[in-house]
This record gives sequence, C-alpha cells and structure tokens, in this order.
Amino acid sequence: MDEKPKGIVLSEEQKRSRRARSIAIALALGALVVLFYVVTLVKGPAVLNRPL
Amino acid sequence: MSLVSEGAEFAGRRVASAGYGPSIASVGDYVALMKPRVMSLVVFTALVGVMIAPGHIHPVIGFTALLCIAVGAGAAGALNMWYDADIDAVMRRTSNRPIPRGRIAPGEALAFGIVLAAFAVGVLGLLVSWLAAALLAFTIFFYVAVYTAWLKRSTPQNIVIGGAAGAFPPIIGWVAATGGISVEPCLLFLIIFFWTPPHFWALSLVRVDDYARARVPMLPVVAGPEETRRKILLYSIGLVPIGAAPWLLGYAQIIYGVSALLAGALMVAFAWRVRRERDGERAERAAHDLFAFSILYLFVLFAVLLVEGGVIGHAV
Repeated sequence: MDEKPKGIVLSEEQKRSRRARSIAIALALGALVVLFYVVTLVKGPAVLNRPL
Repeated sequence: MSLVSEGAEFAGRRVASAGYGPSIASVGDYVALMKPRVMSLVVFTALVGVMIAPGHIHPVIGFTALLCIAVGAGAAGALNMWYDADIDAVMRRTSNRPIPRGRIAPGEALAFGIVLAAFAVGVLGLLVSWLAAALLAFTIFFYVAVYTAWLKRSTPQNIVIGGAAGAFPPIIGWVAATGGISVEPCLLFLIIFFWTPPHFWALSLVRVDDYARARVPMLPVVAGPEETRRKILLYSIGLVPIGAAPWLLGYAQIIYGVSALLAGALMVAFAWRVRRERDGERAERAAHDLFAFSILYLFVLFAVLLVEGGVIGHAV
C-alpha cells in the first residue's frame, strides 16, 4: 500500500543545502579540535596558564 | 501614509515572514552574512597590531588570535544584518543581502551571530589572552548594540562614534601579542577612528537617496550634501597629522612618515575635489573617488607600518 510521508518533506534543494551546511559545521568543529591540539603542543604545560 | 514608510513596512513584513519551513540557506549565504570584505580589513589591521608589537609571538598563537578576531568581526556582521534586515531590504546597496533576499531567516542569522561571537571570544580567551577576549567582546557589543541598534537610526553622528568598533582590531592584536596596551596601538585606533567619517560620508553622498528611503539619518540626509562636504574636508585635514602621529611621536620610521604625509595630502586633495564638485555626475565621481582612495589610504599606512615594524623592526 502506498503511504504518504508524514511531516515536513524536504525538497531536493533543501536537502542539498542542509547537507552542505552539515559538512561546513563538521569541518569547522574539526578545525577547532585541531586548533586546540596544536596550541596545546605549542604551549606545552603553559597551556593552563591563561594570563589576562 | 507616505510611499517611504509603506515601502519600509512592506520590507519589514517580508523579512518577518521569512524563516517558516526548512532553510534553503547555502554555505555561501552564511559567508555573505559575515561581511567578508569588512572582515578582510579587520584582519589586516589586527595583523599590523600583532606584527608591530614588541617581543615574539608564536605564529600559531598569532594565527589563532587573528582567526578569533576575524570570526568575531563576522559575528558582528551577522548580528548587524539581523538587526538591520528591515532597512537593508529598502536600500539598493544592501537589498541583495541574505536576509532581505529570503535566503536566511532573521532567527537563523541571530543564532549564527551569537554562536560565532561566543566561540570567537571563548577561544581567544582560552588560547591567547582574556584581556584580548574582553576587548573583542566589547567591540562586538559596541558594533551591534551601540552602533547598529542605537546610533545608526538616531543620530547623524552614527558613524563618527560607531567608527570606534572598526578601530579596535589593531588594539586587540597588540594585546594578544603583548598582554597589555600601550600608546602605539592607541595611535592606530585614532587613525581608523578619524578615517571612518570621511570614508563613509563619501559613500553616503553617493547613496543619499538610499539612506533617505530607509530613513537612516546619515549626515547628507539630515544636514545636506554641502555640510557633509565641509565635514569631509575638515576630517580629511585632521587626519593628516593623526596619520603621521606614529612617526611624529617616534614610533615609526621616516618611510612611514613620508608615506603618511603624502597619502594624507592626497586624501585632502580628493576631499577638496568633493567640496568643489557639487552637481551631477562629476560630484558623484568625486565622492566615489574619495571613497575608493580612502581604502587605499588606510591600506598604505598600515602596510608601511607592517613592513617597517613587523619585517624590518623584527629583523634588526
């Protein structure tokens, strides 16, 4: 039997833009992780020292 | 009801009705929301603040500071577009922005701006300096709350006082590099602060109809083109000694001094042309030329400082 989908159905354009946004957010979060990792390597134990 | 207010109301309704249903915003729309051209100028002036500061900053820390300042500027741009969506919709220059075009809902822009601002300030504080982070937070607050929400729609002095927001980045860069504030970055602040009025008033002379339609009380709308031209010339003359101040006070070398004086003289010449050419296409061309040259003026001054202080200074 053919059931109609319930709720909001995304168009192809909406799906494409959502996927692109999701990838961009993932890349930004990945870059943030790498940034914290590299700064920790650069600063060493001093990373916990956060002067004003 | 006038046509102007009808237009503003229609635009307001259009903006308010956007945002129901799934978003179609692309990554490019979000990039546009961050005002990338403004960001590039902010990053450049902050870079000069970092590079001319005494001592050594690790390149990774310097990069982190600039990244946070850039993202903070982007957050301020997004929050500005969120608040100003109604007037952006009725101005030709800004009607193509993501919110008036219906690509991004106002609520999405607000959330995006708040998240970016929180990340920029938090990461700058955690990885570089809490004083620099506090200054970045204040700059975002000043641009969004003081300039955008308060001054822009209420006084022709909007861009004079609001210009402080654009002048802070070199101070933030300096603080990120040194941990403190001194005279040199404050001079850079003053240069951008006094450069902002002639820069934006030249633009507003060309776009006076746009600002009038949006009911933004820019100086040419409120006081007229004549008074605006007079003030552009006065500020341009005042900018000459302020631009040369880093050299006059012994913080920069002769190359900077000569460059600042020459560029300042040219700025006054362009402003004088704006004062003289009052009608038609020639007047518009003069204002446009001053606007374009003012960008070059700021770039030249900061580029010479960068070469003198950042490259020559650190090599000596």
